[in-house]
Amino acid sequence: MNIDWNHFTPWASLIGGLVLGLASSVFILFNGRILGISGILGGLLALRKGDLGWRLSFLMGLMVAPWLYVLISPDSTLQAPRIDSGLGVISLAGILVGFGTRLGSGCTSGHGVCGISRLSLRSIAATVVFMLSGFAVVYALKNLI
Amino acid sequence: MKKQLTEFIVGLLFGMGLILSGMTDPGKVIGFLDILGHWDPSLSLVMAGAIGVGLFAFAMAKKRTTSLWGDELRWPRLDQIDLPLIMGALLFGAGWGLAGFCPGPAIVSMASGQVKSLVFVVFMVLGMLMFEGYDRVLRKKII
Repeated sequence: MNIDWNHFTPWASLIGGLVLGLASSVFILFNGRILGISGILGGLLALRKGDLGWRLSFLMGLMVAPWLYVLISPDSTLQAPRIDSGLGVISLAGILVGFGTRLGSGCTSGHGVCGISRLSLRSIAATVVFMLSGFAVVYALKNLI
Repeated sequence: MKKQLTEFIVGLLFGMGLILSGMTDPGKVIGFLDILGHWDPSLSLVMAGAIGVGLFAFAMAKKRTTSLWGDELRWPRLDQIDLPLIMGALLFGAGWGLAGFCPGPAIVSMASGQVKSLVFVVFMVLGMLMFEGYDRVLRKKII
């Protein structure tokens, strides 16, 4: 392993992380809900009566965020995401992420942030497994293929 | 009304956090997952920052019987480490490594106008719908 100092952004990432922690904290303390994106979006698709409104309000906020960011950030622009994978790989990845997060009851937010914060062994186990799985796939893509 | 407003603001705040932290850039996420190669440790600081704040909030929440807006606290029902959890995490991690997107950043990055972001989200929703089908038809018979 060697550190990629050129792309390392300690302050932005730490501050961004604090904001993510703050959002998750407000959600559990004020609304009594776990902030897990896959659960919020996936639960929407189950179309249970009376269980849609709060999911839609949250997701609307999430989708408005980049527009607000552009308005208030000093450079008035979003950095273009670097997406190197082709459309086929992206599609496969989308299905894996969608199905996997629902089967495993959570993703980086629900398990990784909220679950670890409430010291849930189940979430800690899930986070370790999806990180190791991600490490393995990236290693395989860079070295074996 | 205050509840809906909180939901919206929390979503907004979370999205801003994702953009600030760099997680909406799949290249950066894959840089973090490339731990045995050329490693960008940024995402570990995202996690440290988020959990650092969350530890306090969740410790406070555990002591409460209702939320500040007066609702019940909806804690996850499951607490066992079971096969669906591990299989799901393995599949999710694989998809995360392939594209560099997890659900939140993918939704936020649709605003960039990149076709690939949109395609990812469409197929992610498809994967979630496949789970809904699987959950209703098969799960009860297998487990």
